[in-house]
Amino acid sequence: MVFKKEVLDEVALSIGEYNLIVQKLGREPTIVELGLFGSLWSEHCGYKHSRKLLKLFPVTRRTAGGKEQLGQVVIKPGEENAGAVDIGDGLCVIMKIESHNHPSAVEPYQGAATGVGGIVRDIFTMGARPIALLNSLRFGPLDIPRNRYLFNGVVGGIGGYGNCLGIPDVGGEIFFAKPYSSNPLVNAMCVGIARRDSLVSARASGVGNKIMLVGADTGRDGLHGASGLASRTFGEQPEMRSAVQVGNPFMEKLLMEACLELASTDWIVGIQDLGAAGLTSASIESAEKGGSGLDIDVLKVPRREQGMTPYEIMLSESQERMLVVVKTGCEEKVMAVFQKWDLKADVIGTVTGDGLARIREGDVIHAEAPVAILTDAPSYRLYPRKPAWIKKLQNRDISGALNPGRKSFNWWLLKLLGSPNICSKSLVFRQYDHQVLNNTVISPGGDAAVLRIKGTPRGIALSTDGNGRYCYLDPYAGGAMAVAEAARNVVCTGAIPIAITNCLNFGNPEKNDIYYQLKECIRGMARACRVLNTPVISGNVSLYNETHGEAVYPTPVVGMLGLLLDVRRHVTAGFQEKGDVVYLLGVGDDRVNDLAGSEYLEQRLGLVAGRPSIDLAMERRVQRCCLAAIGKKIIKSAHDCAEGGLAVALAESSILGGKGFIGPQWECGELAAANLFGETPSRIVVSVAKDREDALLKEAKRHRVPVKRLGTVGGASFILGENVNISLRDIEQAWKQGLEGKG
Amino acid sequence: MKFGIVTFPGTWSDGDCYYSLGNILEQDVRYIWHKDTDLSGLDCVVLPGGFSYGDYLRAGAIARFSAVMPAVERFAAGGKLVIGICNGFQILCEAGLLPGALMTNSHLQYRCQWTNLKVENHNSPFTNQSTAGQVIKVPISHHGGNYYADERTLEDLEKNNRVLFRYCESNGEISAGSNPNGSMHNIAGIINARGNVMGMMPHPERACEPLLGGSDGNIIWKSIIRYLTNKV
Repeated sequence: MVFKKEVLDEVALSIGEYNLIVQKLGREPTIVELGLFGSLWSEHCGYKHSRKLLKLFPVTRRTAGGKEQLGQVVIKPGEENAGAVDIGDGLCVIMKIESHNHPSAVEPYQGAATGVGGIVRDIFTMGARPIALLNSLRFGPLDIPRNRYLFNGVVGGIGGYGNCLGIPDVGGEIFFAKPYSSNPLVNAMCVGIARRDSLVSARASGVGNKIMLVGADTGRDGLHGASGLASRTFGEQPEMRSAVQVGNPFMEKLLMEACLELASTDWIVGIQDLGAAGLTSASIESAEKGGSGLDIDVLKVPRREQGMTPYEIMLSESQERMLVVVKTGCEEKVMAVFQKWDLKADVIGTVTGDGLARIREGDVIHAEAPVAILTDAPSYRLYPRKPAWIKKLQNRDISGALNPGRKSFNWWLLKLLGSPNICSKSLVFRQYDHQVLNNTVISPGGDAAVLRIKGTPRGIALSTDGNGRYCYLDPYAGGAMAVAEAARNVVCTGAIPIAITNCLNFGNPEKNDIYYQLKECIRGMARACRVLNTPVISGNVSLYNETHGEAVYPTPVVGMLGLLLDVRRHVTAGFQEKGDVVYLLGVGDDRVNDLAGSEYLEQRLGLVAGRPSIDLAMERRVQRCCLAAIGKKIIKSAHDCAEGGLAVALAESSILGGKGFIGPQWECGELAAANLFGETPSRIVVSVAKDREDALLKEAKRHRVPVKRLGTVGGASFILGENVNISLRDIEQAWKQGLEGKG
Repeated sequence: MKFGIVTFPGTWSDGDCYYSLGNILEQDVRYIWHKDTDLSGLDCVVLPGGFSYGDYLRAGAIARFSAVMPAVERFAAGGKLVIGICNGFQILCEAGLLPGALMTNSHLQYRCQWTNLKVENHNSPFTNQSTAGQVIKVPISHHGGNYYADERTLEDLEKNNRVLFRYCESNGEISAGSNPNGSMHNIAGIINARGNVMGMMPHPERACEPLLGGSDGNIIWKSIIRYLTNKV
């Protein structure tokens, strides 16, 4: 072997992988080739530890009839930068969620900002106009200063970048728990819209076509981002700050407009953004997709620093760069578009027919390896082992939490409403522009964001979800619950769930117990996706989320797309009118185990224990019932029962509607706490006008969904039988001020 | 009426202004590229919101040197209407077409929220469809909307009814609590001495449809249309 082990470590290749490269090439690789392999075979680009599992996801949707295109999956995972689904009228929604966890842990502002930048490029690369951003964030508790620094930095970076681009940030969630201390999760989702017939591929084909590099100059920032930062755990090595890139949202805005202008022409073959592994993955993956070879001269790449080696140029992750494959003869017209937007564009290479990735520096060839070998990352079979602690936690006696201790249920409800995991996040969302582009019908803070689709009567609903506590206690059920809750959230606005994107945030999969979590979570998600008819259209895997050997909670984040056929008929979570009657669709069991993995249990006993579970058939019935009742204009408000349970869901509907609630009769026996704060899934709090009660009950019966009458809207108090009696003002204050002064 | 909407590099409210004026109010609208200098045939020029030139150096500081700006100045000097929204307001101040400056919000954070605005002068070309003291609901979205001017300028603005909009409570009360960015005198929008150039931080183009939360922004657009119609 001509390379030392340290060199292999730097590109995150094992000795076994090195030997495989030598065997496939029939010779030792050059240093530049080694860099290419390291990046393309990294987990981040090559999915070598997760590829087999990802095949479990359903990728097509059952649609009603043969000719029906609505809801059809147009682009499946892995085919392009993001997935696409048909929403009728010749339009597609394009969406993807991606992690930027490790960069954000090192440098939160830039890490989060460039996370937004990367996911936005994935969307406009395809010729789609980005119309919404969402963020799913996880941090350690805010009483630790480092976590406050990370939280403020990440929120600042998301706002700083997204606001400048003029893409509304319409939602997402924020959750705090110890395992995310020092290893925050920053998952950014972008949703775009395009005409189905004008989608652009990330393809390099057509021998002789020119490869153009557009946008920012190339610097040494972000070297080894994919192979190093994203594919290793933290702890042993010093901070890898130089591997975090710096974002320039202004440049990105110009690139976006220029690329969208080009997408409407027939001058180009393909567009690909430079993300993880920079020029390496952008060029070689496009060549693979086009079944071509390529010849790139690094001397033609404009650089921001002197003395950069071909290795550095190929691996730089400098932001805001795009690769455009231009049809022969159209170079000048394409160049003129970039010039109009004051962007620099240079022809750096040519598409070839020999299937080789040739990287040269003038006349000196630094790499010449078959694209097919470079992109054929090994796929590993890993071995899951159910860790013994799961059973212990599941079987742990949690009945002690039924006793509220020295505090009243009033006190506990206020405590939960003010908890950072439940309280209003408006302190965060008001720092994001959530209205630009004039589509936002439901702003952040509802069950799901709703956007209208201009030029059609339709709307889309968007939500992200994924409860790490549930997945920690039961990865299969937790995975299924993540999909179910995201779907339930869009259903609460009146939207039909049609597809998901997902980001899988886990620890080191080479450990058997982490691999078990990953596998079980994916199985649970896949099952829920099938039952709820929401295929996976895109996704991202973020592994090695560990600090000093401690993994984060297994956290699959689901980004759900729902479709409203008539956006004017959407429903919100807040109670509407005094005298309306409140029902619970899908009724919990009121047993101790409802408290499994609940916020109350953690607050009350400091425990994350019990065994969460979900009945997916019931989930589907509840969702269908809710949609049918919204469609028939029976339901006036709908709100998902989630963290904090029924009491919190009712309180939120009260606060959002600015109206009190009186629930005259309430379970007050020894199971009162489970009834109030249990987090049984598949439940929706709805309100109906007094003369529509029968209609709701009929609908519930038709769908075989249990319902329970809870009380009526009105007054200035929030009353749950003998258990809770608080003024509306007090619950509102607790909920609104939960994050005040904590950031 | 013919509206021209200027697009600078980094502008993002151009599309929203176009949609509201063209699709909702059914006016004749065209985009003006920042490198263009031809404003002929237009009745009103809109400088929309966004981050022109990334807000680098200072919001509006680079855009004011764009090729289109001398044409906008001549347009205004000819008595035609110019409205600057958000970043457009910042550009008008930087260009000296309006007095004062917009500093970083006093809390140093970006703010996107609905605000209540009290219409302080309902006799301008931009507010003639409102009533005296009317409170309208229009959202803001900015990082630097903290209006500042020296004593003399403020006095001049106040004395000559050049403050068009002030942040207020829903009942019209001008309070510190309703001021979202630290602006002096709760100022949200002003006009020049001649009354034909207006700048405001809130976004009327976002408040033109009940589906999106409110349509009070139309009061401003309809005032402009009424003024121009009467003039013709």
